[in-house]
Amino acid sequence: MPPLFKHTFRFILLILFQVFVLDNIRLHQLATPYLYFLFILWLPFNINRTVLLLTAFVLGFTLDSFRHHPGFHAAACVMIAYVRPFLINFLIPQEGAETNYEEPSIQSMGGLLPYMIYAGILVFIHNAWLFLLEAWQFENAWYFFSKTFLTTAVCLVLILITEWIFPRKQKFRTNTI
Amino acid sequence: MRNIFLFIRRYFNFLLFIFLQILCVYFIVSYSKFHEAAFGKTANQITGKINKRYSNIQYYFNLRKTNDSLVKANERLYNQLRLDKSLDDTLHMAQMDSLFTDSLVHASSFVFRGARVVSNSVSTPNNFIVLEGGSANGFHKGMGVISAEGGVVGIITETSADFSVVMSLLHKDSRISGKIFKTGETGTVTWDGEQPNVLYMNGIAKSVKVAKGDSIITSGFSTTFPKGLLIGRVEGAYAVPNTNFIKIKITTHTNFYNIQHAYTIENKNATAVNELLKQVQKQLQ
Repeated sequence: MPPLFKHTFRFILLILFQVFVLDNIRLHQLATPYLYFLFILWLPFNINRTVLLLTAFVLGFTLDSFRHHPGFHAAACVMIAYVRPFLINFLIPQEGAETNYEEPSIQSMGGLLPYMIYAGILVFIHNAWLFLLEAWQFENAWYFFSKTFLTTAVCLVLILITEWIFPRKQKFRTNTI
Repeated sequence: MRNIFLFIRRYFNFLLFIFLQILCVYFIVSYSKFHEAAFGKTANQITGKINKRYSNIQYYFNLRKTNDSLVKANERLYNQLRLDKSLDDTLHMAQMDSLFTDSLVHASSFVFRGARVVSNSVSTPNNFIVLEGGSANGFHKGMGVISAEGGVVGIITETSADFSVVMSLLHKDSRISGKIFKTGETGTVTWDGEQPNVLYMNGIAKSVKVAKGDSIITSGFSTTFPKGLLIGRVEGAYAVPNTNFIKIKITTHTNFYNIQHAYTIENKNATAVNELLKQVQKQLQ
């Protein structure tokens, strides 16, 4: 599958899944299930940073269009897209791993733990920034923190399940040297 | 000059990041203006169409619930029909006579129109409901919306040709004038963003006595809702510290989790009243 087609397919599928499945699941008002940002988490290592920021903006804006109040998710997505390259540089196990593999996964990050740290930090930043923007009007710090932590936990469980159901086998690319 | 270009080139991603964040915050803050100008109509039309496809499928699974709520609504209406009552006719006529009503004009100034709910949310701090039916069906901005059970749902904030977006009572900017049915005190009903079936009413003096289960109805002070629609029932009252007011906790009459049908309310006098208000404001200025 050509990469552009693959990513467009993921984009549409994740947005539709978020809007029509996850948004209809009401666990608790403190824990909203989110999964659509998996698209940003799964973008290739070698993507141009400018393209990354703009793609994230489009993703957030699309979800916002379904929620009829633009800005919230777009801001959170742009935030994690900006942090992502720094985090990958910090977490990648050995020199050159990001050129050996195509995109972040459990395999390419060198185990489940680094991958979950990578996902966990990004999801936490996404939720914190999203709820902070929403909470400007509410001024309730305790509510904000419990909501952020609980939602992050739910999202991480969702990500684990997704990784388990759709394992992405990645080729080790030897032509990088 | 060269240094400026070098700077922009060096920090291009950071500047783009800051620019996008500012753009997002601008969207959030100036929501209504932006919506009217560019975004609203097209995005509303596109997402509305996608939502409608999905709702068509989902609709079948809720038919039983929809039927039940419609039967209940019918029951309520039959009870209100005057044909049902045998004794109050004469009294009623006497009352009507004392009012100078012109029989050539419709007595009711409110028109109700049914619409199907295409999409609905309760989990975010800013919830909107999308109705199937837009400006082509006579819906317009500012009309009130009630549920099949007769509870207040929200106010239409924008319409495209075939869809309209309703700002639900569960929205941080939603402000509705409510009234305690028993005592007649009025206050503002708002939502705190937490539980999707709990509203709060502010601006009630401490001296007012409210009991659990009292009805909170619309006051009829605005042109959006007629007087006497049920908003919810009192759950409890709390003193607001350092003020002379209490805050009343209300359980909503509308079940926001599963709204399938809604009715929009058109006030035929709205334009006339609003024009008068405008004139008065002009004179005061």
